[in-house]
Amino acid sequence: MPEVDLGITPLRELNGTLHNLPADTNETHWIVDNPAGRHAIAAGLDAPLKVEINGPVGYYCAGMNKLATVQVHGSAGVGVAENMMSGFVHVSGDASQAAGATGRGGLLRVDGNASSRCGISMKGIDIVVKGSVGHMSAFMAQAGNLIVFGDAGDALGDSIYEARLFVRGNVKSLGADCIEKAMRDEHKAAVHDILTRAGINGQIDPSEFKRYGSARKLYNFNVDNAGAY
Amino acid sequence: MDATPITTPRKSATFDDYTLSEIRRAAATGIYDIRGGGAKRKLPNFDDLLFLGASMSRYPLEGYREKCETDVWLGTRFAENPIHLKIPVTIAGMSFGSLSAQAKESLGRGASKMGTSTTTGDGGMTEEERGHSSILVYQLLPSRYGMNPDDLRRADAIEVSLVKARSPAGGGMLLGQKISDRVAQMRTLPKGIDQRSACRHPDWTGPDDLEIKIEELREITDWKKPIYIKVGASRPYYDTALAVKAGADVVVLDGMQGGTAATQEVFIEHIGLPLLGAIRPAVQALQDLGMHRKVQLIVSGGIRTGADVAKALALGADAVSVGTAALVAIGDNDPALEEEYQRLGTTAGAYDDWHEGKCPAGISTQTPELAARLDPALGGRRLANYLAVLTLEAQTIARACGKSHVHNLEPEDLVALSVEAAAMAQVPLAGTKWIPGVTGA
Repeated sequence: MPEVDLGITPLRELNGTLHNLPADTNETHWIVDNPAGRHAIAAGLDAPLKVEINGPVGYYCAGMNKLATVQVHGSAGVGVAENMMSGFVHVSGDASQAAGATGRGGLLRVDGNASSRCGISMKGIDIVVKGSVGHMSAFMAQAGNLIVFGDAGDALGDSIYEARLFVRGNVKSLGADCIEKAMRDEHKAAVHDILTRAGINGQIDPSEFKRYGSARKLYNFNVDNAGAY
Repeated sequence: MDATPITTPRKSATFDDYTLSEIRRAAATGIYDIRGGGAKRKLPNFDDLLFLGASMSRYPLEGYREKCETDVWLGTRFAENPIHLKIPVTIAGMSFGSLSAQAKESLGRGASKMGTSTTTGDGGMTEEERGHSSILVYQLLPSRYGMNPDDLRRADAIEVSLVKARSPAGGGMLLGQKISDRVAQMRTLPKGIDQRSACRHPDWTGPDDLEIKIEELREITDWKKPIYIKVGASRPYYDTALAVKAGADVVVLDGMQGGTAATQEVFIEHIGLPLLGAIRPAVQALQDLGMHRKVQLIVSGGIRTGADVAKALALGADAVSVGTAALVAIGDNDPALEEEYQRLGTTAGAYDDWHEGKCPAGISTQTPELAARLDPALGGRRLANYLAVLTLEAQTIARACGKSHVHNLEPEDLVALSVEAAAMAQVPLAGTKWIPGVTGA
């Protein structure tokens, strides 16, 4: 399998190569060494590749990913897997702010903690965080699922639309129009399915999660609700 | 004996009829007014500038005989594939959602015929506009509605916009009436809800982050696409300098007279700068950084005529954008629809409830019956005609000033009719050498 040392190979060359592989390539599994926190590593992939990155990455790793599996053996900077369309991104360490921001599909797994605004404006992505998430996570979240094994910070799900939030630990506070909802069998099944896809099924019983979502009271502007903002 | 003379009833200049009606409306509803369009009150504008034309010291060019070029390159700083426009007038970003598909198609047809670009808006790229726009700029907005890497790659340029609905910091709103099935699907939202457009980008804050964001966009598109940064005119010197620092190929500067989407009236009328006062500081920032003409400057906000185009270019811009004027060109606020505007409680020329989706011209609506009224072929032809006139007028002025390219127009070709305009445009008050704030009394 090809192995690229980012201490030697320019990032632009790596990304350009990954973008331009022929559809029938046999080079589908890539190793990237010495990422050293560089930004936009493996951004814009559009093929069913597997890219393993040995070390910490900077901002926007696997940004707008389609189809590819990107494994970060380390921590990730701001906006990992932002606007992901499909595929799988797995961070073995912690993730900084805005992990999975605006993601439209695919699955993001963070084994450590994710900082503030995890899943902000998410539009269909599924996110699993084995640790905790920071404040304002799932702000204006439109669709998809955010599963948090640990705790959630202030204002979880503020101004949320139709995304579903599952938190096993404590929620410091809920944001505007976000409420706790009943955890029915269909939701347990959804959590089970996502954890299975994330490769961590069996570690946690889905019934241990609480579900949060939109009260749908702020969907149409009403001056009587102005105090909620 | 004659009756005592009666003093003519006198209305307050402060509490004029409009102000009184707005107080009554606010008292009745408890909510601020939301509307489209830019600032409506009188603001210092290009009308207060005049070109000097040729004289003993400058030789004019012969109209209809000697060439006066109008083309402009955008994105020459970093992009592998910069854009070449035939005219220095582009179409500003306006979304499918706020506009009908027919309106977007009209804009694409008209702009393409004249060799210039159109711009998507908050809602993603539609097939209609991609199919009919030979040069299409794809906006990356805070909401990221419809954003996807495929459209990013098939765009001709990318515009990272810090502006929504002419709101340098306010975000925007698309009311539920306009969230049709198609709009809802493109934006991943339930049908019929009021859709809020965020005021901040979700994954970066500040110019240092933006520099990294732009690096990501370049990596995703293999450094081929020009990247614009669009800012509202508020602190144009620093915003332009920071946009250059963040890696922009092009800076787009939007003055407060512009704006087509819905936001609060109080925002539209009281936040931002008129374009007249914003261009020179932006150009100064580019010149101080040695980047004038290397990072191109597009300005927008109240451009109406070829004279406005020429004046903006003379002050240092590389191109202008039109939004409101383009909508008028394809039929918005047409007096022929007066009866229908009356039924909406307004009059042709004043209709600005573009967010309500009831546009009789079929432009700012998602109602199929209304949208079907707009013939995209005719709309495109009308827009092309209008853009042609803007260009001809700008050329006429440039030739009169002895310029063989509209970019050769310069501040020295201008004087101001008012002290305010002289100070904002940094050109002398007519008949004097006085530039307030620059030269002595």
